[in-house]
Amino acid sequence: MTFHHNLRLAATLITLLASTSPGWAQTDALAARSMAASCANCHGTNGVAAPGMVALAGYDKAGLVKAMADFKSGARPATVMHQLAKGYSDAQIEAIAGYFAAQKK
Amino acid sequence: MTTSINRRSLLQSSVGLLGAAGTLGLMSGCATGGSGPKVVVVGGGYGGATAAKYIRMWSDYGVQVTLVEPNASFVSCPISNLVLGGTKTMADITTPYDNLVRRHGVKLVRDMVTSIDADKRIVRLAGGSELAYDRLIVSPGVDYMWESLPGMNKPGAQDAVLHAWKAGPQTLALRRQLEAMPDGGVYALSIPLAPYRCPPGPYERACQVASYFKTAKPRSKVLILDANDDVTSKPGLFKKAWADRYAGIIEYRNKHAVVDVDAATKTLKFEFSNDLKADVLNVLPAMRAGDIAVKSGLATANKRWCEVDFLTFESKAAANVHVLGDATQSAALMPKSGHMANQHAKTCAAAVVALLSGQTPNPSPIYNNTCYSFVSADEVVHVASVHAYNAANKTMTVVAGSGGVSAAASALEGAYAMGWAQNIWADALA
Repeated sequence: MTFHHNLRLAATLITLLASTSPGWAQTDALAARSMAASCANCHGTNGVAAPGMVALAGYDKAGLVKAMADFKSGARPATVMHQLAKGYSDAQIEAIAGYFAAQKK
Repeated sequence: MTTSINRRSLLQSSVGLLGAAGTLGLMSGCATGGSGPKVVVVGGGYGGATAAKYIRMWSDYGVQVTLVEPNASFVSCPISNLVLGGTKTMADITTPYDNLVRRHGVKLVRDMVTSIDADKRIVRLAGGSELAYDRLIVSPGVDYMWESLPGMNKPGAQDAVLHAWKAGPQTLALRRQLEAMPDGGVYALSIPLAPYRCPPGPYERACQVASYFKTAKPRSKVLILDANDDVTSKPGLFKKAWADRYAGIIEYRNKHAVVDVDAATKTLKFEFSNDLKADVLNVLPAMRAGDIAVKSGLATANKRWCEVDFLTFESKAAANVHVLGDATQSAALMPKSGHMANQHAKTCAAAVVALLSGQTPNPSPIYNNTCYSFVSADEVVHVASVHAYNAANKTMTVVAGSGGVSAAASALEGAYAMGWAQNIWADALA
């Protein structure tokens, strides 16, 4: 764990070093991370859910985009997700789905 | 131990390297000592605990986080009404802070902050020590405006007439009062003018107490005395639940503002109506930001709530000090809820990590709220909304077309409500 954690940290720092200021090349990625974090209250930190809710970590990107579109249109029945899906633009949903698809289950 | 030493030494060298390279140079004037910038979080509720975890996670464990919290465990207000109803226990709503410490390396200091020196960037603790910070996050929840109820300041009054609006010993004590009440008795619940913590909470509580009475002492009554003009959250769904499930048990009276309480005779006094006696009084006093926020001058809105920059949750009164959760002056239609405090915390965490790295915080935060209420032991109704930053007005506004309430109470939403609880507790604490 320690070794992998440090490797991951080192990789992150190298990435940060490689990105030159001004502006941060990861701005969009960080915005996606923050948007996805707004789902964690119900679907778990980074999409790793506690029992009882759908886990989004590692969820197929196209599948999640379609599910959200179907919630928006009403094609997929829901208790609350149709109301939440309508608050996010298609571009925002694309970014959120991309973030979760890249997370480890 | 090996883990932390390896991590620290790597961080020290990395931060030095980055500083020299100038891409992730930490802001000058960092507090001295340790291996990274220092964040102190005051209060381990839905806001503070989540902020502590996410700052550690999102800084790749580079920012040192100290959480100052007097209690050893987090006790959740959401779901606590089910302890009053008798279907959940205190253990069900209690989670220790251990994982924040063990998994995330948050330093837990079991103490209370007594003062904030925003110029020197130091907080002083009741235990006598001081903590230096680069960024301070104050998540103090609410405290009560006891001055608005003179009789509640008499000796013993606050032990006899409970609020149970912070889950903990009062939750269990109120349950004991309900258990001791004879069948045929009256439980009176008074609600202050909005804004207060958890808009639907009092109406859910009425359902839970009525649910208990219905089976255990069916001749008893629940009397709701609401200072507001109408039910402040999910009015249609709550009124339907009261009519369908608790007819003859729950009685709702609007525009009933309690102006004083006589704890000795269990009497409520109102501005316009006659005095009212009940067997169990449950008085929710008017609320404001937690004491430390008011004492520190952070409560700039009517000396009651803390105004913040919604991009960072930085206080409008003190630089490098952020305020989260119920204590903030809410944006329009933004409820004072645990769910919302969790969202504040993550927005703030991302901004604090960015600011400590000399980066610009996310200019367009977007997040949501979902509040579930149990109208019986297992059936639930919700209200939901999505909130996005409005740059023109520099506040959060509800995204047009988003949100709404349940079509009807259901056991399916009851299962989702418990799933919500397990996940948000884990998001803050696991």
